[in-house]
Amino acid sequence: MKQLTVISGKGGTGKTTITAAFASLAKNAIFADCDCDAPDLQLILKPEVLEKEEYIGSATAIREVDCSKCGKCREVCRFDAIDEEMRIIETKCEGCGACAFVCPEGAIEMKKRVTGTVYRSRTRFGPMIHAELRIGEEASGKLVSHVRKKAQELANDGDLIIIDGSPGIGCPVIASITGVDAVLVVAEPTVTGLYDMERVLKVAEHFGIPASVCINKHDINEEKTKEIETFCRTRGVPVLGKLPYDDVATKAMINGQTVIEYSNSELSRELKKVWEKVELFLRAGG
Amino acid sequence: MKIAVASGKGGTGKTTVAVNLALSLGNVQLLDCDVEEPDCQHFLDLNLEDVEVVKSFLPVIDAEKCNLCGRCAELCHWNAIVVTPQKATVFPELCHGCGLCARACPQGAISEKGKVIGKIQRGKSGEVEFYQGVLTVGEPLSPPVIRAVKKKAKEDRITIIDAPPGNACPAVATVEETDFCILVTEPTPFGLHDLKFSIRMVNELGVPHAVIVNRAGIGDNRVEDYCEREGIPILMSIPNDRKIAHLYSQGIPFVKKMPEWKDKFVMLYDKIIRIMEEVA
Ligand code: SF4
Ligand code: SF4
Ligand code: SF4
Ligand code: SF4
Repeated sequence: MKQLTVISGKGGTGKTTITAAFASLAKNAIFADCDCDAPDLQLILKPEVLEKEEYIGSATAIREVDCSKCGKCREVCRFDAIDEEMRIIETKCEGCGACAFVCPEGAIEMKKRVTGTVYRSRTRFGPMIHAELRIGEEASGKLVSHVRKKAQELANDGDLIIIDGSPGIGCPVIASITGVDAVLVVAEPTVTGLYDMERVLKVAEHFGIPASVCINKHDINEEKTKEIETFCRTRGVPVLGKLPYDDVATKAMINGQTVIEYSNSELSRELKKVWEKVELFLRAGG
Repeated sequence: MKIAVASGKGGTGKTTVAVNLALSLGNVQLLDCDVEEPDCQHFLDLNLEDVEVVKSFLPVIDAEKCNLCGRCAELCHWNAIVVTPQKATVFPELCHGCGLCARACPQGAISEKGKVIGKIQRGKSGEVEFYQGVLTVGEPLSPPVIRAVKKKAKEDRITIIDAPPGNACPAVATVEETDFCILVTEPTPFGLHDLKFSIRMVNELGVPHAVIVNRAGIGDNRVEDYCEREGIPILMSIPNDRKIAHLYSQGIPFVKKMPEWKDKFVMLYDKIIRIMEEVA
């Protein structure tokens, strides 16, 4: 079993569109949507849900009884979740349990809460695990790890798990790349795209994951595209392809299809080339 | 007056809106709370200076004192400590620095060391007073850095806040306790799908809000139709214009080259004030 995570650092670079295109090209693949915050892959892959499970990812501190207001809980809470009146502010509570641990009156209870729903589904390209996070819950690395674990349970020896990661460099991103065989960063040739790519590549490097790059919409700004290529060359990060800007990406999305299914455009042809290189990169062990 | 600019998915133009709005209004504060990828800086002429470091704690286990009882691992909400018959190990990338393990260890074997998880930087671009948070690469936890940036907001100023994408805890930490939230989206299936999540978030937080449609013309009318049905005001539509896209790619705020947009952003602020008065 191999695992590939597609990430982007910056949002909106086309990560999910590209992941969906890979879905229609990959053989023996399982899809894990780990962008639980913006789970858009389902709009293209249209999963038919086979099984649904509530996910209990965190807890919250609750005080239902009156107490002496000694202030110990407030003192130990590192997340400013307890106000002067010793009321617990639920949206700020991280559920660590430190307050309940120190309360001399046993007035605080830790209540588990359902933080999301995890689905096992089937799609026209293969099995898919996806999840939906309840609003405001921890952008949970834990939920991402859970989705990945469920995908791994479905995988046989020769299978490939394709993971759609989330934007940024924080907790969910780290959880979506730890232990995978390769990461593909979808970069965009803009000032911000370059900066965000650099940061996310550093995260991959920090955790020792082989990383590669694909430049999307390279013709928006050829100069920045060159800068990305130069940067990658000096860092020894392979650029596996450059994709042109094309309206068919949005049109395919509106049709609920992958770019590959929707048209035989230049974009589709380039996507196929990138996919071949990704497969080689994976086989070479990143 | 704090106005957050948020978006359910990344790359919809949140930063563009925040920066252009701040520059159009002039004498305001701009806070970049997208601390994982702080991008406003690329659109402003700034001399950034570090003004603060944000710290968290990391437990250190003294193997001499530890008797491998496993209490710390059992209590840690994030499974950041694993105790085997040989050894107790902390996984820093999972640790949230809550301090519970150190408090609870019966042997007093756990101490804590401070670790830097991010920094706050300040700069000035014309009349705009700018602050940003930068999360250290490899650190998982952005809300403490976000909250530190938000503390820079001055009550008597107009403060524009660029929020991180999504609807999870980083976005909530940014949008909570603001006066208004602009939700930026794209007229595409992905855009609408993610906008619906954002609207649930702002409703739960009780923050008045409205929508800006960016790259108008790229997709279809589903976002407009949805907003009309739900009675959510659309403040502005920014067209899918190659010139705007190209300026963006070079890090140039488009109000600088297309001054007619300045008035539109000033009017947008007036609309926000009116909506807020209606809500109140
Ligand atoms: S520690 Fe317990 S008794 Fe003291 S203020 Fe908190 S809840 Fe009340
Ligand atoms: S559980 Fe942790 S975060 Fe929540 S209120 Fe208690 S100490 Fe604070
Ligand atoms: S609680 Fe203390 S003694 Fe027990 S395993 Fe953890 S560090 Fe060791
Ligand atoms: S400080 Fe909190 S999160 Fe970190 S290891 Fe200890 S109990 Fe777990």
